[in-house]
Amino acid sequence: MSGHEEYKPKSKAGKWLNDRLPLLTLGAHLTDYPTPKNLNYWWTFGGILTFCLLTQIITGIVLAMHYVAHADLAFASVEHIMRDVNYGWLIRYIHSNGASMFFLAVYIHIFRSLFYGSYKSPREVIWIIGLMIYLLMMAAAFMGYVLPWGQMSFWGATVITNLFSAIPLVGDSITTWLWGAYSVDNPTLTRFFSLHYLIPFLILGLVVLHIWALHVPGNNNPVGIDIKKPSKDTVPFHPYITIKDAFALLLFMIVFAGFVFFTPNVLGHSDNYIPANPLVTPAHIVPEWYLLPFYAILRSVPDKLGGVILMFGAIFILFVLPWLDTSKVRSAVFRPIYRQFYWIFVIDVLMLGYVGAMPAEGIYLVLARVGTIYYFLHFIVVMPLVGLFEKTEPIPMSISEPVLGGGAELSLAKKDNGKI
Amino acid sequence: MSKEEKNVKRRDFLFTASYTVGAVGLGAVVWPLIDQMNPDKAQQALATTEVDISQVEPGKSITVLWRGKPVFLKRRTQDEIAEARAVSMDDLPDPQKDEERVKEGKDEWLVMLGVCTHLGCVPLKDKGDYKGWFCPCHGSHYDLSGRIRKGPAPKNMEIPKFEFVDNNTIKIG
Amino acid sequence: MEKFNLAKIFSVFLIIIFPNIVNTAEQTDPIKVNWSFKGLTGKFDRASLQRGFQVYKEVCSSCHSMQYLSYRNLGEPGGPEFSLEEVKAIAASVEIEDGPDSQGEMFTRPGRPSDKFKSPYPNVNASIAANGGAYPPDMSVLVKARPGGSNYIYSVLVGYEEPPAGMQLDDGVYYNKYMIGNKIKMSAPLLDGIVEYSDGTEASVDQMAKDVTTFLSWAAEPELEERHRTGIKVIIYLILLTVLVYLSMKKIWSRIDSEI
Repeated sequence: MSGHEEYKPKSKAGKWLNDRLPLLTLGAHLTDYPTPKNLNYWWTFGGILTFCLLTQIITGIVLAMHYVAHADLAFASVEHIMRDVNYGWLIRYIHSNGASMFFLAVYIHIFRSLFYGSYKSPREVIWIIGLMIYLLMMAAAFMGYVLPWGQMSFWGATVITNLFSAIPLVGDSITTWLWGAYSVDNPTLTRFFSLHYLIPFLILGLVVLHIWALHVPGNNNPVGIDIKKPSKDTVPFHPYITIKDAFALLLFMIVFAGFVFFTPNVLGHSDNYIPANPLVTPAHIVPEWYLLPFYAILRSVPDKLGGVILMFGAIFILFVLPWLDTSKVRSAVFRPIYRQFYWIFVIDVLMLGYVGAMPAEGIYLVLARVGTIYYFLHFIVVMPLVGLFEKTEPIPMSISEPVLGGGAELSLAKKDNGKI
Repeated sequence: MSKEEKNVKRRDFLFTASYTVGAVGLGAVVWPLIDQMNPDKAQQALATTEVDISQVEPGKSITVLWRGKPVFLKRRTQDEIAEARAVSMDDLPDPQKDEERVKEGKDEWLVMLGVCTHLGCVPLKDKGDYKGWFCPCHGSHYDLSGRIRKGPAPKNMEIPKFEFVDNNTIKIG
Repeated sequence: MEKFNLAKIFSVFLIIIFPNIVNTAEQTDPIKVNWSFKGLTGKFDRASLQRGFQVYKEVCSSCHSMQYLSYRNLGEPGGPEFSLEEVKAIAASVEIEDGPDSQGEMFTRPGRPSDKFKSPYPNVNASIAANGGAYPPDMSVLVKARPGGSNYIYSVLVGYEEPPAGMQLDDGVYYNKYMIGNKIKMSAPLLDGIVEYSDGTEASVDQMAKDVTTFLSWAAEPELEERHRTGIKVIIYLILLTVLVYLSMKKIWSRIDSEI
């Protein structure tokens, strides 16, 4: 948060306020914030994600005005929203498809970070906060999916809460505690509703920290080099980045609107329009598409506890990624070997998602196991070794002067200290 | 006009257009978020209630619920009707004849929303200085025709839309 | 620099989510019908909706409830659009239990437009008991609750056949080519001429199946027409704004020497 002159309000009233609460300084910091001028469209997903979060919060607050969190009434209240509430169908479809759009954006955001090494020093804390947001998103999405109290709601809740019963000794007690009953039942629904309402605000708080942590070292960029701020390599956030984010957001909204207005149920499961029935399990239980890779990892292990450990491990290994990656160069643009492993990893995750939607048998089970093993190999073996042995390509000295300086010092991901 | 000026013009137009179109869209998004709080279709449809009045003696009243509000149905005695009609219009803060507040030929039946026009409390029957209703919240007095006579309420109690289906049944709404 | 191929990534993404949508159980694919309500500007065929309601009322409603619909829905825009008088008459032809009255007794009265569709059974257990252990599902959102949607419902209605040789069916179980698992506990509900259409349309099994499926599709998505209309407007608006913002962006970025 340095590099430009201290902001001085012009008006007296502005100065009065700013002396007491430096809101205007904050505003000026955000608008003038020097941003690398070579950010590509993959960098617009931060803004898109903010839009997604706010959309979910606003539509969610509205839905909560009409939804009834009770096992006997929840399904009917959703139908009431769809049929009777003014624009209820629109608001609900935005909320339900919004969850998918949110995850689509967050996955692009995460994979952008993986490609350009944005998680590397000095941005580890941004990365870790981001992963915490991602975990909370999954919790919120899961609990939200339970609320309509359809068949997938009920059985998804049953399967996921039963994961905790894998914990030795106390597992069953924890599961019963989560349920507040001896199965998924009305107490489970009401507490999920409460937490589903709470979590987005926790996410909002973490987003503030995420952006704060970002503004300390500043944005990474496609070239991955450290830059002076401000300089001719940077542009003020407003209007350059805001207009670009707005353009990307509008494109995103067109896709979003396409889902909401023309195929609003395609991302959901038809079984969730059958009211929850504790006596009958649907033939195929599948989570929403965005959780499928983890679901595949869970099912690939023939041991209950082992599956749960691997599934959570698949997420928690991301937390230590900044220290598993030994490369001194951030961006995959200059890392020919890592670049290939990166795409293999992308394909691996997509394949895991695919087999997660398939029955856990035959070739799918084999693919799930291979995919799971590779998933972990990528982080535990590929990332450290490639970083050590890879011969990186020459790196430019600055963004505006694409002179291949060769000297890697400028473009290093500094590991030793926090100096930027 | 120099080339630069033209550029500036075009730029200004573009920005103004973008902002305007964006603002229109934002407005269009806000409306559903507001309108969702208005009564929904199911509420709008619950419009009518039928009341059996065969058991109500002269001088007595019953209260029924309509659209979540109490409706007073009072069967007035001839004395009470005469008293309500004897009032001078000059004594009324919200002048209205008793005849306008009942159905012709059925003037013993006073049907009105039992909601004080001050701040929405339910007035008590057979209370107050005018033998009609008295609102305990802030002391509004209503007469035998449900008209405001004294107190902070600005208007007479409201007469809902109603009709006599037959001699023993009133349909409200 | 490595170029991302957005199209490639997106197509892989679509392949991923598709198996989630398409049911993988082994069965004959439903017949594809060219419904008037599919597509970006799809609308329901009013006459078909009205006929479909007649089929529902005279055939399906003796076992299948539609508890989330009200009689008033039949007159609302985007649906069968019966006139107010017709809706009142339809509602009044049903006896609805109401109460308690001032004596604390329940009583019945003719239905009103604001009433929900009357269910044929007082509760689920009664419906299971009356149907030999099979529960006739509520039809309010049935079309959305089946992977094949409208095509699937239509296909099941016309999919009754003699079982293949060697297939043993218990009493009260019927063979259906399109039903998931091919066994169904509902006997073929439609027979030629089982209803008499007032508009002169011939009540063939195929026609009735199409009509009642149209009706059920509307029942599941009564907002469909408004949704399509609004969607077109929203997307046109977004494209317009996107173009404006794109031009503004070009203009702004032209101030500095950089690619966007």
